[in-house]
Amino acid sequence: MIVFEDVSHDYGGGPLFRDVSITLGAGSFHFLTGPSGAGKSTLLKLCYGELIPSAGRVSVMGQDRRQMTRDEMAATRQRIGIVHQDCRFLDHLSVAQNVGLPLTATGRPLPQGDLTDLLGWVGLGDRADALPPTLSGGERQRAALARAVIGAPTLLLADEPTGNLDWDMSQRLLLLMMELNRMGTAVLIATHDMNLIRFAKSHVQARVLRISGRKLTAAGAEL
Amino acid sequence: MSRDARAISDLVVPRSGQSVWLVTLSAAAMAFLAVFALALAVSAAQLARGWSAQLAQTATVRISAPPDEMERQTALVLEVLRTTPGIAEARVMDSAEQAALLEAWLGPDLPLDALPIPRLIELLETDAGPDRQGLRLRLSAEAPGAVYDDHTRWRRPLVQAAARLQALAIVALGLIGVVMTVIITLAASASLASNGQVIAVLRLLGARDRFIARAFVRRISRRALLGSALGTLVAGALLWVLPDLGSTVQPLAGFGLQGPSWALLLVIPPLTMALAWTASLATAFHVLRGVT
Ligand SMILES: Nc1ncnc2c1ncn2[C@@H]1O[C@H](COP(=O)(O)OP(=O)(O)OP(=O)(O)O)[C@@H](O)[C@H]1O
Ligand SMILES: [Mg+2]
Repeated sequence: MIVFEDVSHDYGGGPLFRDVSITLGAGSFHFLTGPSGAGKSTLLKLCYGELIPSAGRVSVMGQDRRQMTRDEMAATRQRIGIVHQDCRFLDHLSVAQNVGLPLTATGRPLPQGDLTDLLGWVGLGDRADALPPTLSGGERQRAALARAVIGAPTLLLADEPTGNLDWDMSQRLLLLMMELNRMGTAVLIATHDMNLIRFAKSHVQARVLRISGRKLTAAGAEL
Repeated sequence: MSRDARAISDLVVPRSGQSVWLVTLSAAAMAFLAVFALALAVSAAQLARGWSAQLAQTATVRISAPPDEMERQTALVLEVLRTTPGIAEARVMDSAEQAALLEAWLGPDLPLDALPIPRLIELLETDAGPDRQGLRLRLSAEAPGAVYDDHTRWRRPLVQAAARLQALAIVALGLIGVVMTVIITLAASASLASNGQVIAVLRLLGARDRFIARAFVRRISRRALLGSALGTLVAGALLWVLPDLGSTVQPLAGFGLQGPSWALLLVIPPLTMALAWTASLATAFHVLRGVT
């Protein structure tokens, strides 16, 4: 799905990380941890092509990011579900419209039943017609996850998807992601939440990557 | 695009945003101006055609001779004209007609008989017209006081003026198009810039540039069409009542649109819309290139 070869990234104030090489295979499950500001969100942005690495090579779904045309990038993103750390909704559309957007904005049919079921699962059944600015932080994250999975992506990238949620709801969302993974979706979750990682590891084969001190390392069995 | 896709593309751009209203307003103003420029171009063309047609087939022969020579030379000239191919009719103006012509310049109480006024012969030429050089030579040989005047001297500046007026009107139309394009480009840029967040989100969800661009282009060109239709309608209505003025105010006589040329106005709104479509599409793609 995603291959990094000796990737470095630099926003202009010195490299954030250097020579990162990873492979996220189809159907894999990864966590990404590390201190705040280490570059977790940056690494995710490199995965879905919002950023282009300052050095090295990023391949997304078998294509070199640098070689991709804009339409190829769009087509690839249709197969990637993304939960942004800051959620990013269209504030003038309802929650239901926002959640359906990955399908409607790309010309794919949106089954109303699926939309209702999904909103119910993330506990937003009665907030479907609300506008995003009226949602709580946790509600926003649930809506963001619903939007990320509605298109049945082959890769799910989630940046702190449970940061504002209580443990029950965090578990619920993680179960949703594990269910998707069981059906073949590769998952990468950036998180600080060790409980979440432990909970996942007790259910699925999950690898933990740790980014700190400009290096990406595979975290050991201590987790 | 399917109906659903069109519906969603209308939704993704927030309705607020004054730049879109500015498009309506300026399209209306520009269409209004375009109507009058178009009317000017059409009237100038008609005027030029009218003047050249009216004047092309008439000519005069002026005879200046001492009073005792006048009758003889007039007869000779008429004989020459009668035998010249290309002249349909020749008619000596009587003194009342000549007095009427001169009245405009010299006043009504003119003792015409006492003045050495040249005699005028009015000619009606056939479409082909006479051999003008040959006619001049024959006249000067037969009647030394006769001068042939085919009105070229008068006609040319009039027709030239009308043609220049028409060219000016066409330039004005072109400038209106340029201004319209600039306004729409600016409005599209403003609209795209104020919706940077919307564009970024749509891109990250996998929307193609074409989809995002169309959301803006449809909004802007629909506004341009609306504004242009309004402007054309108002200007057209004003133009419709204008010919009433024409009969009393001479300089306005002949200004306006007649018969089928009214149909030209129907071109303005769709043309404005096409212009808006192209300009905003180009702008949208330009802006989108800066979003990953
Ligand atoms: N667009 C940008 N321009 C310049 N610097 C940036 C930009 N985005 C992020 N950074 C910097 O890069 C570093 C890494 O940011 P990033 O968002 O990847 O961290 P993170 O690991 O996700 O942190 P957190 O856990 O707080 O979300 C930070 O120091 C941040 O200030
Ligand atoms: Mg982050």
